[in-house]
Amino acid sequence: MSMNNQGRPSSAVGGGSSDAFETFSGHKGLRLAEPLIYEIGNHETTGVDVEEPSDFTSSLGALERDGEIGCAGLSEPDAVRHYTRLSRLNYGIDMGVFPLGSCTMKHNPRLNEKMARLPGIGDIHPLQPQSTVQGALELMQELSHWLMTLTGMPAVALSPKAGAHGELCGVMAIRKALEARGDAREVILCPESAHGTNPATAAFCGYKVKSIPGKENGRVNLEALKDALDDTVAAVMITNPNTCGLFENEVRDIADAVHSAGAFFYCDGANFNAIMGKVRPGDLGVDAMHFNLHKTFSTPHGGGGPGSGPVVFSDALKAHVPLPYVVKTSDGAMELKEWPTSDGADPTLGRLTAFHGQMGMYVRALSYMLSHGGDGLKQASEDAVLSANYILAALQDVMTASFDGPCMHEALFDDRFLKDTGVTTLDFAKAMIDEGYHPMTMYFPLVVHGAMLVEPTESESKYNLDQFITSMRGLAGEAAAGKTDRFAGAPYLAPRKRLDETQAARKPVLRYRAPEETP
Amino acid sequence: MRYLPLTGDDRQQMLDKVGVASVDELFRDVPSGDLNPRIDLPRHKSEIDVERTLSRMAAKNTAAGSVPFFVGAGAYKHHVPATVDHIIQRGEFLTAYTPYQPEIAQGTLQYIFEFQTQVAQLTGMDVANASMYDGSTATAEAVMMARRVTRKKRALLAGGLHPHYRAVVETTTQFTDDEIVAFKAQPADPHTELQAIIDSIDDSTSCVVVQNPTIAGHVMDLAPLAEAAHAKKALLIVVVTEVMSLGLVKSPGEMGADIVVGEGQSIGNGLNFGGPYVGLFATKQKYVRQMPGRLCGETIDADGNRGFVLTLSTREQHIRREKATSNICTNSSLCSLAFTIHMTLLGEKGLRAIAKVNHHKTQQLKAAMQATKGVEVLNDTFFNEITIRLPKDATEVVDALANQGILAGVPMARLMPDAGVDDLLIMAATETVTEQDIQALADAVKEQVQ
Repeated sequence: MSMNNQGRPSSAVGGGSSDAFETFSGHKGLRLAEPLIYEIGNHETTGVDVEEPSDFTSSLGALERDGEIGCAGLSEPDAVRHYTRLSRLNYGIDMGVFPLGSCTMKHNPRLNEKMARLPGIGDIHPLQPQSTVQGALELMQELSHWLMTLTGMPAVALSPKAGAHGELCGVMAIRKALEARGDAREVILCPESAHGTNPATAAFCGYKVKSIPGKENGRVNLEALKDALDDTVAAVMITNPNTCGLFENEVRDIADAVHSAGAFFYCDGANFNAIMGKVRPGDLGVDAMHFNLHKTFSTPHGGGGPGSGPVVFSDALKAHVPLPYVVKTSDGAMELKEWPTSDGADPTLGRLTAFHGQMGMYVRALSYMLSHGGDGLKQASEDAVLSANYILAALQDVMTASFDGPCMHEALFDDRFLKDTGVTTLDFAKAMIDEGYHPMTMYFPLVVHGAMLVEPTESESKYNLDQFITSMRGLAGEAAAGKTDRFAGAPYLAPRKRLDETQAARKPVLRYRAPEETP
Repeated sequence: MRYLPLTGDDRQQMLDKVGVASVDELFRDVPSGDLNPRIDLPRHKSEIDVERTLSRMAAKNTAAGSVPFFVGAGAYKHHVPATVDHIIQRGEFLTAYTPYQPEIAQGTLQYIFEFQTQVAQLTGMDVANASMYDGSTATAEAVMMARRVTRKKRALLAGGLHPHYRAVVETTTQFTDDEIVAFKAQPADPHTELQAIIDSIDDSTSCVVVQNPTIAGHVMDLAPLAEAAHAKKALLIVVVTEVMSLGLVKSPGEMGADIVVGEGQSIGNGLNFGGPYVGLFATKQKYVRQMPGRLCGETIDADGNRGFVLTLSTREQHIRREKATSNICTNSSLCSLAFTIHMTLLGEKGLRAIAKVNHHKTQQLKAAMQATKGVEVLNDTFFNEITIRLPKDATEVVDALANQGILAGVPMARLMPDAGVDDLLIMAATETVTEQDIQALADAVKEQVQ
């Protein structure tokens, strides 16, 4: 118990036990139970005022919608209350440390939100005459410039809608380049530690996936990679820094081996946050790399999207960038190239999305970059790496670090320290919820047992890091001491106890139906 | 730098704890010649300076709300209630991650469950997923799903399908052995356009992809197409790019659709120069295990309280890797929240009313264009969008009107550069359009065609 500045004992109390008695309302103080809109709204209530036309006639060719749709409406006060109450059941970066490895849950600056809502940004249509959106195209050019400069790569495709979409863009460009030289090939190599999207993307593009083993030190096994490389291999997809939180120290050798086999080097840029301004993938021999603007450049994760996944390309691939893209004409105007040349010879891989991609995310990312500048981005990466190493150093005597040496921006532990305690990685993660933290990434990467991947990002103060470390050490101590009660049913203090995922999957209920409706 | 909390002292203490002299020792695995390259980018900026820079770019653009505005063709200017934007900016929603820890993500999961229900109801289908990137990528995913369901590979794309959507389907399937047959657009003759596709359905057809209303704005009865497709064991995929139409037009489900995909931007989401938007994806119960994307389902917690979780994830890439139904690892969650809040504010009553207003404004737009000598309106049917034929190049007219501060619509040639449609103009009128806007447009068009 600390003392407040009046000398009284005080400490922040979060949640607390609310099970002292049953309430009549079902609410428990500030933990408010909230029904579905279908249970509190109805077909007649609306929260908007719309004047229906008095002289309405229909030109729908007798295709009017007659029956009830079933939508429930709420008045504005009730709608505000409903979604506000729901929001309070969530954990977000704004509430506390969010050490979710591989996801880079950094602070989302509100300036970015403000910029995205400027009328000249948020209220322009993708198919307005290009003369009326020159500033928007200039913004896309500026973002491209930053991305190319940070990576040392000569071309960028902005339009992919998310990281996995960026992977698709990159692998398609690789396949186009190979086909252009009459050599489609069949196989893509992915390390065992790869994100699930990598093999899924490769399969999407018609490739077989071969897994390459890792080494004892958590890096790609260069010899195994060399053995697997032959003239059937189209590309190697490697995350660098990798999903174990380590920099691939033989990356140049990997690139050389890949290139001498006539294949391409795709880099998953999910972990770019560790190396902004520190090292350029273009210098390491990378041919294509996607960014996750929602990780590295602070555009909000938003509860699972929208993302944005621009891809940078090497000279060998840049001819195949997808449409559309912005070019600067000789008179200085910005022009959006939207269609391939009509002769059928255009090397572009085609169009990956309607319109021009995630403009709302471009402006947020650029706002973040302009705010940091080149100097601030480099400092951010250094702070992210330093913070992860600080956590690693502070926990490695009570938890088991999976690999030696410094890590990059995330620290990987496994469950050896829980051996014979009866506590699993899942239990440990859920106990962190009771401590007021979002759990770290668990059971990924797959290459270590019971993985716990901790990524603090550069957004945490030393105070926050120390608090977090105290909790983690406390939990590790409890597990070691055999005090398993707090783990077995955790979380106890969250809005819900553990949820039954088996039941959800066995007989899926994926929508509301009124009790009288029988599906 | 205002976003970086660590002080110089903090950094030193942390380096000491780690046991290194400098941060660069932590980058020892980077090939030494590659560490700390010279990077030519400007230094950090204050909030005021960033605002100034970006506002300068924004000021060069013509905002839709500042002029008479009739641009549509897959993205629509609607009024979004202030409540929507307020709530989606709550940090608990804005800064949450994908709800993989359901005990502390019930807010996200419950609105996804509400969203799935709303989308299923609007489209007239049994189930919907938690959303896709946008309407175009959802369409490509639907084509691939039809292949998984039917084990056939010939997909027919109707001429009335948005050309960007067609291009996305073609790009996405270019390295599979799917056979994509894209039909010619016949904006002046939608019935011939539809009949051509009906006549081409055969036993090898996996699916027929048709947009309603079409890119030219025609509202079509798809029941005959559904019947023809089902007779050959092909799926009918209906694409809806203007989701507000579902408040007035018979649902795709009622017309026999097997999969409905669409663009949900019109409800809750601004124009944003084309993204982020929210892809809708709905289907019949029996196909649910072949669906791509995230799904939220109801369950209970250890105390027996109702709760929600992501479910059926054995279809997805993080479990199935190369055998997944899709590589997608995102739903457009915050945009789907905006959709859900706006739909909840509208309710059934408000949705029907706003749809009527859209239709009514477009009646007025059509009347004004018909009254303009030299202009031909191609639509007998429409929801909130029509296509007109001008006696001259539509792009020239649109550019001339833009110079006068009127954004008149989308020249069809911008979407189909080589289709011989240089004289066609697609125009949308939503509830944001006033009678004065329509008058200003009509006067300006008249001047151009004289």
